[in-house]
Amino acid sequence: MKLVVVSAGLSVPSSTRLLADRLTTAVARQAEVDVEVVELRDLAVEIAHNFTNGFAGRALAAAQDAVAGADGLIVVTPVFSASYSGLFKSFFDVLDKEALVGKPVLIAATGGTARHSLVLEHALRPLFAHLRAVVVPTGVYAASEDWGEEGLPGRIERAAGELAGLMAGLRAAAPGREAEPLVVPFEEQLARLGAQAR
Amino acid sequence: MQFGIFTVGDVTPDPTTGRAPTEAERIKAMVAIALKAEEAGLDVFATGEHHNPPFVPSSPTTMLGYVAARTENLILSTSTTLITTNDPVKIAEDFAMLQHLADGRVDLMMGRGNTGPVYPWFGQDIRQGINLAIENYALLRRLWREDVVDWEGKFRTPLQGFTSTPRPLDGVPPFVWHGSIRSPEIAEQAAYYGDGFFHNNIFWPADHTKRMVELYRTRFAHYGHGTPEQAIVGLGGQVFMRKNSQDAVREFRPYFDNAPVYGHGPSLEEFTDQTPLTVGTPEQVIEKTLSFRSYAGDYQRQLFLVDHAGLPLKTVLEQIDMLGEEVVPVLRKEFAVGRPADVPEAPTHRSLLAAAQEDAQQDAQEESAA
Repeated sequence: MKLVVVSAGLSVPSSTRLLADRLTTAVARQAEVDVEVVELRDLAVEIAHNFTNGFAGRALAAAQDAVAGADGLIVVTPVFSASYSGLFKSFFDVLDKEALVGKPVLIAATGGTARHSLVLEHALRPLFAHLRAVVVPTGVYAASEDWGEEGLPGRIERAAGELAGLMAGLRAAAPGREAEPLVVPFEEQLARLGAQAR
Repeated sequence: MQFGIFTVGDVTPDPTTGRAPTEAERIKAMVAIALKAEEAGLDVFATGEHHNPPFVPSSPTTMLGYVAARTENLILSTSTTLITTNDPVKIAEDFAMLQHLADGRVDLMMGRGNTGPVYPWFGQDIRQGINLAIENYALLRRLWREDVVDWEGKFRTPLQGFTSTPRPLDGVPPFVWHGSIRSPEIAEQAAYYGDGFFHNNIFWPADHTKRMVELYRTRFAHYGHGTPEQAIVGLGGQVFMRKNSQDAVREFRPYFDNAPVYGHGPSLEEFTDQTPLTVGTPEQVIEKTLSFRSYAGDYQRQLFLVDHAGLPLKTVLEQIDMLGEEVVPVLRKEFAVGRPADVPEAPTHRSLLAAAQEDAQQDAQEESAA
């Protein structure tokens, strides 16, 4: 199964990427996965250009293809101004609107203080619900003080288990997606209008 | 193969001087560009249609009628004619009138227009964009092909015993292209009727254009108009040339950086790398344009955008001269190499008339044989 990890951390190394890596390792312990990591920092300029000129540059297009082809995703953002970062949101803004439909997604966030932990429920979960992804029940929030504390490893394991289970389950349940026709046949379009084709 | 110019008709300040042309200057400049296209030996001049500033060409057939009177060979076309917000009855009349004045040197390209606010100005709703394009065009075809039309649809008042005048020149309606950047429905519509499909091509990477053209070609064959290779394809392109590549880049960069649509976005270098835009020598333009064939197949019409983003008229006319003298003659020769004999040229009034006469003759022979 293919697991794509989207990390919106900005510094190198970043605690966001660190959390992403720990989640990835935990998923890999419970399921056989090929992992591809998408670092949004590296795509920041192409994402901005996608807004101004309407198409994705090469690296961004490759990342979008990876996401579209994934069996499951881990998405991790730092908390900025009480929400996901603008860069994180922008990546999903320029993604094909059908790309995440039915895909299991593990949401996670990092912040300087535990006071922002509900960002998972108030910002990330609605975003991915809107994109019609299957958001795993456990989200993982890591404040600075959580690193090395008890609790975080347990949440990571629980969330990873849920993602691994959903990935395997949904994959088994999916009857192999049929290629959708590219276009509605013209006769049908005309018929809907009741127009006379001549 | 046909080569020409297509213009958006934007009034944009020249970023190097800050001065914008007046509407009168811009309109006259568009005419000068058309006349220069004929003088330089190009085949086609196409004007956009817009109903909001900063654009001037709201009345394409008025402009094309004037250009028709001052040219001998140039094919007059549009890029695009708004099939959504124009009344199809008026399109039928205007372009038939233009055909007569221009002795048949007329075709047109249908487009939907993507500026939401324009629709209600003409009593329409952008949410119905595709449906308007389908119904209006179905009516337009009948108005050109049937002398008396009874019609009822969703979007305009019914017609009873209506005759659109003048009738198309020699009874042959103008050839129609359908322009679309990203709507497969429009490629499908063009394929269904066996009309031409034009991809503007200039703002998007090649693989996107390739997918749309492939869809059109496949569906063209599906509807029995010929092989996929025989479908009628047009492409846009965007060029700026100087004898020396660095000079072209230096001179064009301020226009690129401040251009409507893509200005203040990616760098000139990134954009030329990923899209058909070519800024350089005529040889570079030739090389890039010839490469379009690798993803679009052998095609029929190549239009260049040369006059937007505030470029001064003098510069634009120089570009057209270079196209005529150095680029298009080579392209004509090179595109002909390896082009299968059964790939048709773009239909013209003359070829459509000949085909219609042949059909009529065949029918007459079959009747006398029976």
